[in-house]
Amino acid sequence: MSIPFHVLQGKVQEIRRYIILMTTAAGSGHPGGSLSATDIVAALYFDVMRIDPKRPDDPDRDRFVLSKGHAAPLLYATLAERGFFPVKELMTLRKLGSRLQGHPDMRKLPGVEMSTGSLGQGLSAANGMALAARLDGRDYRVYVLLGDGETQEGQVWEAAMAAAHYKLDNLTAFLDYNGLQIDGPVEEVMSLGQVADKWRAFGWHVIEIDGHDLKAILQAVEEAKNVKGKPTMVVARTIKGKGVSFMENQVDWHGSAPKGEQATKALIELGAPR
Amino acid sequence: MSEKIATREAYGKALVQIGAENPDVVVLDADLSKSTKTIDFKKAYPDRFFDFGVAEQNMIGTAAGLAAAGKIPFCSSFAVFATGRVFDQVRQSVAYPRLNVKIGASHAGITVGEDGSSHQSIEDIALMRVLPNVTVFVPADAVEVAGAVRAAAAINGPVYIRLGRAPVPVLHGEDFVFKPGEAVMLRDGNDATIISTGIMVAVALEAADALSREGIEVRVLDIHTIKPIDVSAVVQAARETGAVVTAEEHSIIGGLGSAVAEVLAENYPVPLKRVGIEDSFGESGKPDELMAKYGLTSANIVLSVKRAMKRKR
Repeated sequence: MSIPFHVLQGKVQEIRRYIILMTTAAGSGHPGGSLSATDIVAALYFDVMRIDPKRPDDPDRDRFVLSKGHAAPLLYATLAERGFFPVKELMTLRKLGSRLQGHPDMRKLPGVEMSTGSLGQGLSAANGMALAARLDGRDYRVYVLLGDGETQEGQVWEAAMAAAHYKLDNLTAFLDYNGLQIDGPVEEVMSLGQVADKWRAFGWHVIEIDGHDLKAILQAVEEAKNVKGKPTMVVARTIKGKGVSFMENQVDWHGSAPKGEQATKALIELGAPR
Repeated sequence: MSEKIATREAYGKALVQIGAENPDVVVLDADLSKSTKTIDFKKAYPDRFFDFGVAEQNMIGTAAGLAAAGKIPFCSSFAVFATGRVFDQVRQSVAYPRLNVKIGASHAGITVGEDGSSHQSIEDIALMRVLPNVTVFVPADAVEVAGAVRAAAAINGPVYIRLGRAPVPVLHGEDFVFKPGEAVMLRDGNDATIISTGIMVAVALEAADALSREGIEVRVLDIHTIKPIDVSAVVQAARETGAVVTAEEHSIIGGLGSAVAEVLAENYPVPLKRVGIEDSFGESGKPDELMAKYGLTSANIVLSVKRAMKRKR
């Protein structure tokens, strides 16, 4: 599905507003890393991926794995806005009995392709889906979003090696490189070093973009589709808390929800009617 | 009962068989295919075999993705790596989402032998048994392995299959039917019951013979499915024989002995003695030397039965 660019831009802001509303209603959650990856996930679900909300189990659908499972508000808002379930259900986030668990549960909510939350495992799962596509002769593509702090997990690099070894060119990964993790700047907590070079050295095709430039995201996806014999990593420079002035680049908004007036201010900045 | 076959050998053959019947079966290994015997499948179906190198965590995670896309992955490594090394991957990516992943873990227990404690899994049953959604099979012989692999492929969910390195007696005939969750009564008696699993089933039968020569007739249950355990068979044994001894090549903490203790304590308490590794790590040695040193012998089971019987009321 391809949609007019201004409509996609509107979806991005709408999803960002839902992220604020949901986490405010829940009183907890992870707005910072949800807002940083909103452009990427919205572009995938509204412009790139071959999906039908009425047929969430279609064997030929494209897959998206949210490896950084704590960005669940982003995934849920996107799925709801895309029609997988009613938007009003978003307000049940993290509440007892809700299908919207604190981290994504593939058995509870349609459209969630993998249960994630324990970091570092989503790329392996995406690899498995990409291998299955090849085994079954299906042409679907697999997308996966990793956090930057998440790539400190060793399993990510096991999976990076395997994706290149098995030449998974139907796999496109995004790194949400917002530079912050719970304990502080990634550079200070555990430096990732030369990120793009590392992925290249592991045998990946690497594209570096501004992760808030929708056109750059769409171009990177198209470029990845034409790469043969290797997986693609899109290193996306992003801003944690993007779109809300007092959240941007503030590590404290990794895992805490806005309250009352903060939420109102955030929503106005994100274009909500006053 | 003269023929001896290692359960891992039977596993390799069973995979080839199930691979022929079901094209969705794929096999994954982590650089141990010659030891786990998945190499048999690799030779038969090279396009459906994936080696992940020395990277077990990624193997399990990839299996989860394959299963999410409709495949039936069997993953193999040594039991110590296929459970402890990847516990979080099994918990988060397999058990919690109830994905159709099978783990065929070879070289379980101390009969790994000379490699020593780093390679001797004595806690894998405990680790897998505690996870919701996971079925745990511990086959006693080659015939049970064939049944367990077939049953695992038919179950839509995570299954753990525990396999051994050392050759063990073939206990069952070709007509044996493996029924998941059902204990097999291999011998009946009224004085006590030996509840055994895996390679200790054959040892339990030896103990029963020895006891019979002394006029003590014991029932022998073969628990090839540790989870879900056959509660009614365990309770019936307690009610009808009044004393229970468990026998396993695993720590007495968390494995079959614990599972049986849980069932008895809640349903029908009788004197119980657990034979297994008594809260220690193993060491290097020949399998039979280690079995003797760690009390995994028919003599120890005989002694345990007599002690349990003395505590009968």
